[in-house]
Amino acid sequence: MSAAVNYVKSLFLWELLKGMRLTGRFFFERKICIQYPEEKTPMSHRFRGQHALRRYANGEERCIACKLCEATCPALAITIELGEREDGTRRTTRYDIDLTKCIFCGYCEESCPVDSIVETPIFEYHGEQRGDLLMTKEKLLAVGDKMEQQLAEDRAKDAAYR
Amino acid sequence: MWDIVYNNSPFPYEVTFVLVALVQILILMLPLMGAVAYYTLAERKVIGFMQLRIGPNRVGFFGLGQPLADAFKLMFKEIVIPSNSNAFLFVIAPILSLGPALAAWAVIPFADGWVVSDINAGLLYILAMTSIGVYGVIIAGWASNSKYAFLGAMRSAAQIIAYEIAMGFTLVGVLMMANSLNLGDIVNGQAGGIWNWYFLPLFPLFIIYFISGVAETNRAPFDVAEGESEIVAGFHIEYSGMLFSTFFLAEYANMILIGMLATLMFMGGWLSPFQGTPLEAMFAFVPAIVWLFAKLSIFLLLFLWFRATFPRYRYDQIMRLGWKVFIPITLVWIVIVGIAKLMLTA
Repeated sequence: MSAAVNYVKSLFLWELLKGMRLTGRFFFERKICIQYPEEKTPMSHRFRGQHALRRYANGEERCIACKLCEATCPALAITIELGEREDGTRRTTRYDIDLTKCIFCGYCEESCPVDSIVETPIFEYHGEQRGDLLMTKEKLLAVGDKMEQQLAEDRAKDAAYR
Repeated sequence: MWDIVYNNSPFPYEVTFVLVALVQILILMLPLMGAVAYYTLAERKVIGFMQLRIGPNRVGFFGLGQPLADAFKLMFKEIVIPSNSNAFLFVIAPILSLGPALAAWAVIPFADGWVVSDINAGLLYILAMTSIGVYGVIIAGWASNSKYAFLGAMRSAAQIIAYEIAMGFTLVGVLMMANSLNLGDIVNGQAGGIWNWYFLPLFPLFIIYFISGVAETNRAPFDVAEGESEIVAGFHIEYSGMLFSTFFLAEYANMILIGMLATLMFMGGWLSPFQGTPLEAMFAFVPAIVWLFAKLSIFLLLFLWFRATFPRYRYDQIMRLGWKVFIPITLVWIVIVGIAKLMLTA
């Protein structure tokens, strides 16, 4: 009996018509596209994008060259060399992040005891030459200076969970 | 309509005939190419809408410049000819595919008498032209010297043979009803109201005709010749630039042709759907060609709707559908039509 019903159903394209009714209904439904450059989706304050090195309010760089980020980096994207500054403090002489190696896992940010290396919400960046995606200490500090206000706000929002 | 030209032409009759034919071909082909271009946009829009997307909307208002942008892009692309291919056949294949697809339009009437070539064997000519188109696909697959292209060509050949027969039988039903192979006569045979259109007495043939048409044009869900998820792109895998787009022009011209034939043979062509009803006088101002295009656009929408809805048939299912379902049904219905005609005339 059910075989006969199935035969008649398939002969009269019943299931196919049901499928077409579904797509026909979706034709008139509201579209969910985001028109990217003009419209953007809301972004979490925990978004992990391009890196930055932060400074204290008095302009002193936070990084103390503890090398925890370099040690924890699973992609080996961070290279740090350190030295003593004239005032006797321990500082980095070189702090490179190769963004072509980086997997944006955020471990460097988690491991940092002084909240120096952070990941900003910047994701729309590009390089036009090979070296452009190799972030040197100067570039990282420049990003940090530019984004400092938002970085501080984002970290304040997340403070209860850190 | 062209009598004035013939009577006032300074050239001999034969030259005038060729010139008039050229002008008619231009009048037919330019809008057809435009229709093909915008049909590709319509396809992307309709399928996008059915997938909750909005489709191309960057080039011009509502994406209306997109087909032009695509055409320009393809024109500037390099035509790559694989080094182990047969270069002559490789280049000639897309032309063999497009030529018949356009040539078939010669016998399509757009309104009473609006036809380039009003021949009596129009239906036969259409059948021949749509079948020749497969040579382009087969030659392309063979000339590419690529295993995927060859597989696509083989599939396409087997599929077209299977569905050509069912399609031929549906046309037999139509010509039994109309007693003519001339497309203009077929439409005029349906005059007198929507209940005289052939889709009612020939309903199974009408459905089978359209599904076979989808299969003939290698469109989803019968696009195994292309089969981008199994054999990458099938017969046109090695093609690029304008050669590739020529295949596309042929495919879309064929789709519009199949929709047009379904309109002419089953849906009363340019006849008003209100004939024989009190509404007829109210809609008398609508030109015949508007009805034709309105019906055509429904079929064209169905092509896109199918593609947005159905997954690709498995290859053995396609063969089963063609040989074991469509051909028996069409044969039975032809007999029924024959008996019915005998009873009515007796």
